[in-house]
Amino acid sequence: MGVDGIGARVARKEDKRFLTGKGRYTDDMVVPGMKHAVFVRSPHAHAKIKSIDTSAAENMPGVIGILNGQQMQADGIGNLICGWMIHSKDGSPMKMGAWRPLAHETVRYVGDAVAVVVADSVGEARDAAEQVAVEYEELPAVTDAVTALQSGQPQLHPEASGNLIYDWAIGTSEADTDAAIAAAAHVTEMKILNNRLAPNPMEPRAALGIYDSAEDHYTCYTTSQNPHVARLVMSAFYNVAPENKLRVIAPDVGGGFGSKIFIYPEEIVCLWASKRTGVPVKWAADRTEAFLTDAHGRDHVSAVKMAFDKDNRITALKVDTIANFGAYMSLFSSAVPTYLYATLLSGQYDIPAIHANVRAVYTNTSPVDAYRGAGRPEATYLIERTMETAARELGVSPAELRRKNFIRSFPHQTPVIMNYDAGDYEASLEAAMKQADWAGFAGRKAEAEKRGKKRGIGMSCYIEACGIAPSAAVGSLGAGVGLWESAEVRVNAVGTVEVLTGSHSHGQGHETTFAQLVSDRFGVPIDNVSIVHGDTDKVQMGMGTYGSRSGAVGMSAIVKALDKVEAKAKKIAAHLMEADESDIVIENGELKVAGTDKSVPWFQVALAAYTAHNLPAGMEPGLKEGAFYDPSNFTFPAGCYICEVEVDPDTGKTEIIQFVAADDFGNIINPMIVEGQVHGGIAQGIGQALLEGVHYDPQTGQLLTASYMDYAMPRADDLPSFQVSHQNTPCPNNPLGIKGCGEAGAIGSPPALMNAITDAIGNNDLTMPATPQKVWAAAHAAH
Amino acid sequence: MYATNYHRASSVADAVRLKGASDDGKYVSGGMTLIPTMKQRLAAPTDLIDLRHVPEMKGISVSGDTVRIGAGTTHAEVATSADLKAACPALAHLASLIGDPHVRHMGTIGGSIANNDPAADYPSAMLALGATIETDKRKISADDFFTGLFETALEEGEIIVAVSFSKPDKAAYCKFPNPASRYAMAGVFVTKGGGGVRVGVTGAGSNGVFRHAAMEKALSANFSSGALANVTTDPSDLLSDIHGSAEYRANLVNVMAKRAVAAA
Repeated sequence: MGVDGIGARVARKEDKRFLTGKGRYTDDMVVPGMKHAVFVRSPHAHAKIKSIDTSAAENMPGVIGILNGQQMQADGIGNLICGWMIHSKDGSPMKMGAWRPLAHETVRYVGDAVAVVVADSVGEARDAAEQVAVEYEELPAVTDAVTALQSGQPQLHPEASGNLIYDWAIGTSEADTDAAIAAAAHVTEMKILNNRLAPNPMEPRAALGIYDSAEDHYTCYTTSQNPHVARLVMSAFYNVAPENKLRVIAPDVGGGFGSKIFIYPEEIVCLWASKRTGVPVKWAADRTEAFLTDAHGRDHVSAVKMAFDKDNRITALKVDTIANFGAYMSLFSSAVPTYLYATLLSGQYDIPAIHANVRAVYTNTSPVDAYRGAGRPEATYLIERTMETAARELGVSPAELRRKNFIRSFPHQTPVIMNYDAGDYEASLEAAMKQADWAGFAGRKAEAEKRGKKRGIGMSCYIEACGIAPSAAVGSLGAGVGLWESAEVRVNAVGTVEVLTGSHSHGQGHETTFAQLVSDRFGVPIDNVSIVHGDTDKVQMGMGTYGSRSGAVGMSAIVKALDKVEAKAKKIAAHLMEADESDIVIENGELKVAGTDKSVPWFQVALAAYTAHNLPAGMEPGLKEGAFYDPSNFTFPAGCYICEVEVDPDTGKTEIIQFVAADDFGNIINPMIVEGQVHGGIAQGIGQALLEGVHYDPQTGQLLTASYMDYAMPRADDLPSFQVSHQNTPCPNNPLGIKGCGEAGAIGSPPALMNAITDAIGNNDLTMPATPQKVWAAAHAAH
Repeated sequence: MYATNYHRASSVADAVRLKGASDDGKYVSGGMTLIPTMKQRLAAPTDLIDLRHVPEMKGISVSGDTVRIGAGTTHAEVATSADLKAACPALAHLASLIGDPHVRHMGTIGGSIANNDPAADYPSAMLALGATIETDKRKISADDFFTGLFETALEEGEIIVAVSFSKPDKAAYCKFPNPASRYAMAGVFVTKGGGGVRVGVTGAGSNGVFRHAAMEKALSANFSSGALANVTTDPSDLLSDIHGSAEYRANLVNVMAKRAVAAA
């Protein structure tokens, strides 16, 4: 390992521009003639549009144009789609209702876009938008998925009778699972709610559409985690333009957490409006627009039964989940509560029978899709709350119950598709318990009692599936795309290196970690390596960044390209030194003949490749190679999180005393960045467990948490210092042995915290977010 | 935000003149509520008359037992004033709990009191300290000043110039912040002094800040947290929202009151 190589704590190269305000985000882009878009949005959760009168607004100062959905439809722009087909148990395809980029018949949630105003300034566009007179016929609304399934409720889409999108099942047959439960010595039953979250990236969404009439070509700057997928979807499904006439650029992007994977109405409208009005059109969301229209996360209601034999071994797990999808099916929504959720319901445990049933439901709320963890936090929360409750009911320690049921040999085939390739769950459990001084807890609890505080401790043993995903496998499960990644490594004539990647960095630090791979391989200083991403004109096709895939999949593609570059460089070096190719080694930035003092510096090999004066016979000039990497399996990061809290019984306020994370991420490229990912993930998990929750008024469908006055984001003083460690088992299925670390913190932490609070107050009946009010009430109900 | 005209008043009289000359002008001090409201287009004054640079509205003075704080004094100045920390540390502590550093360096005591947000901190202190609200026209006792949610006794165009109060023998403020906004879900300011025991409660009342008569009675007999053991707060008079039910707020009022008495 060199100073800049694999395993080094290299400071993030990109932070200089981020910390000095020199980042270039979509809303920073200014092009000649650019105008500004403001959307007219529905104030109603459910209504028919009777008419849209723009006559007054059109005469407002600065107005360039006001466009609506009828015009969009007439121009052939398509509806938004969900790109993952799920079939119900009865074999029928999921019931997808129309999502028009601009609604002109029916609005289905507060914030649904009905028109766009383009004007000289944002202020003028806003003024005019207020003068667009939309006549609505209000319809009754439903915001809660359980209610929406009942008879007599408002119906959102004619395609989805009873608001049911699909009724899907996976795993062991229901009859066999029921039989195992019936024969069990003990059954723990719980109702598990997973609260709806607003993603809240620091940078709100934005888009800039530029139409060039001379070339009939479009450019779209947008806040995307996957610009190539955006181009593909906008070309193939929305008919904005063919791919060769559409360039999508995702420049610096300030966080996404999943919410910027999806294609939203606004970027399509900006592109289309640019052609319609003849001017470049930019839109940037304000924070309330973000709360209203960014795809939310989670929102599951589940019933769970976990069955044990007389030795406390799990014999069966049965789960019935209702997933709230909001008003429309967002791009990957259908996959989240199915193949990203139910496939992880075995947790870290050897469970012979698992049956899960999932119903996806339309409601008059913002669309719901992947949010950091996407399905895996919901699975982990369900399993780990239930395990903890079971341990309390069975009167055994939570660690012993988990130990008894751990999977200990690999590969392990679960009843729910996944084949775990490697792991050592005991190692993380041991490390976490030691770090947390689990054995000393009783003493600390007694001491806290004297101060009038209720102290509790809780653990969570999570597993997740990352590195998404093997293309053929996901294709067979309904995915509309493959989930490989691409890379291109360009060595310049002076030996500097550019890596073009289909991954997209929006906070992950790719410009540093990806460069470390090159530095490690060729010995070039990290400053001589540049990472190029986020522009469909620069980078060949790529699949973007989500699902903790950029390490396991994106970097594997880079490794494949590096292998090819290395092979060619060695051939050139061997030729220059008149040595055998197999004797060439790369050390300290030189290509050497092993066992001799003969060497050529790296840059000289690069120069030779480009001067082409003296290359091996038949070799093409240049030193540039590309590769596609398609993973053979998911990767399975896992770990154990322990949280210790003190609850003030008088107010219900929870203070987190310590938080221990013991993770197995496989091999690690940059430990500092990995720790940062864990810190951020835990912060979001603590946010979900303690603070965050989207609330809609159940009658009117109005969003009650539309600003930070009412939506509680975690702040620094809500969080403890995290104690992070790693017990890594390399992933056997990719060249770097990487598993992925981007989501684990958000997946493992909520149940650990909730198990700690319920331990403290002696009441398992507590839902997230565990606000002081809820904890106070639950603590009092327990006594 | 709609377009508006900004004016910087040089004196109280200048401010009154500017307001009188405007169509639908509004005074602005720190703007910590008004400016966000304008940004959301929920307020659209034709003119903003800035009171933050009026010399006679600035500063803290302690003379004998009387404390006087200019209305244009920022929360940060109140929180860090050595004179005030000596005379009434509870009020300096209260100011240190408002918002974040940005808010504390912009927001002013006069602006907070004039706005009378039901979850703002200062109104509870004004009630509990038996403060006098000095305006450009008159002096109003705090008991008469706060009349309801975002409602005060101020007349159209009237400006708070300062607040004054007598140094209490004992005082403390205890606040339970809303986890999202960090405004008070319940904030209780207790004092014991020449005027007896006074308890001001903010964040909880459905009609805004109020004095807790039952607590004042109990504490007058015995100024100790134990004296509040059997005092109840009626939830029917309290706010209920997604953050806390009236019953929960009633509990918080009692808990914060006990802690404030213990700290006083």
